[in-house]
Amino acid sequence: MTGRTYAEPATLDEALRVLGELGPGAGVVAGGTDIVVGARSGKNPLPDALVAIHRLAELDSVAGGSSEPLRLGALVTHGSIEASPLLRERYSALADASALVGSPATRHVGTLGGNLCNASPAMEVGSPLLVYGASVELTSSGGSRTLAVEDFLLGPGKSARADGELLTGVSVPVLPERSGSAYVRLEYRRAMEIAVVGAAALVVLDGDGRCAEARIALTAVAPTCLRAGAAEASLAGSEPTTEALAEAARLSADAASPIDDVRAPADYRRAMVPVIVRRALESALARARGEER
Amino acid sequence: MRYPVTLDVNGISYPVELEPGRSLLDALRYDVGLTGTKEGCDDSECGACMVLLDGRPLNSCSYLAVQAVGRAITTVEGLATDGELHPLQRNFLEEGGVQCGFCTPGMLISATALLRANASPTDDEVRLALGGNLCRCTGYGKIVSAVLRTAEELRTA
Repeated sequence: MTGRTYAEPATLDEALRVLGELGPGAGVVAGGTDIVVGARSGKNPLPDALVAIHRLAELDSVAGGSSEPLRLGALVTHGSIEASPLLRERYSALADASALVGSPATRHVGTLGGNLCNASPAMEVGSPLLVYGASVELTSSGGSRTLAVEDFLLGPGKSARADGELLTGVSVPVLPERSGSAYVRLEYRRAMEIAVVGAAALVVLDGDGRCAEARIALTAVAPTCLRAGAAEASLAGSEPTTEALAEAARLSADAASPIDDVRAPADYRRAMVPVIVRRALESALARARGEER
Repeated sequence: MRYPVTLDVNGISYPVELEPGRSLLDALRYDVGLTGTKEGCDDSECGACMVLLDGRPLNSCSYLAVQAVGRAITTVEGLATDGELHPLQRNFLEEGGVQCGFCTPGMLISATALLRANASPTDDEVRLALGGNLCRCTGYGKIVSAVLRTAEELRTA
């Protein structure tokens, strides 16, 4: 406990400089809903050198999203995402997901960047960002680089962020016009929960109402959130009938490699994947058709 | 390393010296001396430590006190004005939403945040707003009705 230091940079440049100087022992904290909670519960002690980034207003912004790519700053909170009319309307899966994180208190200070850097296999926003083809921006004093989300999330608690790098933003491509998305979570309570199984779906319709493309991603059933490619292929170019959605949902279980844990045994999770994927597909389809908000 | 800073709590500035790892909960209870905010679990599961930070709810047990410097902190002690109970406090008592009282400060804080953001919450919206606050005594029913009754009272005031 003695000797721990604290820095609270006022600008991104200052933050990057401080991080560069402090080296690998430094830990970044924004809302603290993973790092400080983990320290209180005895999971991981706080780093000896803390760098708090909550004052970096330039990272707390939402831009674009209609005719331009959506750019979310790393400090955008789940509460802001949940409440945003733009995100609820056009990036519904992401808004669905953020609304499920923790409690109102968690969502008040918990950030998009923190959720990504924590890289939990059960993180809520992972699957929505995967179906959107989103990427993350990583910045150090030496410059910036961009990584697709699937290349950023490497394993349970493991991300591709290097020492001295800050995750500064998330970029989401413009979505096609006739599209809808949804995120559904299987849980035992409506708040303060972690996913048993989660699924995000994006459905893109063509002018005749056929499914031009579908994307499906799974949560809490593999070392990271991941796409279900075979299931997606089964829907591409087909009529989005109840049977077609159910078949895609059934195929999506092949992408899952769940484990037994305190929340559920592996075979229960595997059995629930098609159920939750089907719900996500049906909701995404309804939104693509303009039937449901 | 201890940092000399000021915490703004219920509109009053308190000079304190904080280790970076000190939680806001510990700073409030031991450095500022306001013990209305309770420690239930110390890791964000129960909500007994709920305070408002710039008007929105926060689990103070899991927030670094140093990060709250320069922000407005509200604790349960800040709800009553000039010795008169806030309508939420009065209605919790009258409805029977208080038994042991341990969850109560946190419940009041979450309810305060809700009513500031939403003057006409539904039963479901109240329950979701209190989703981060656990109660072992009341079964939540009378807490929810106290919040709904307060919302109606404030709307018609």
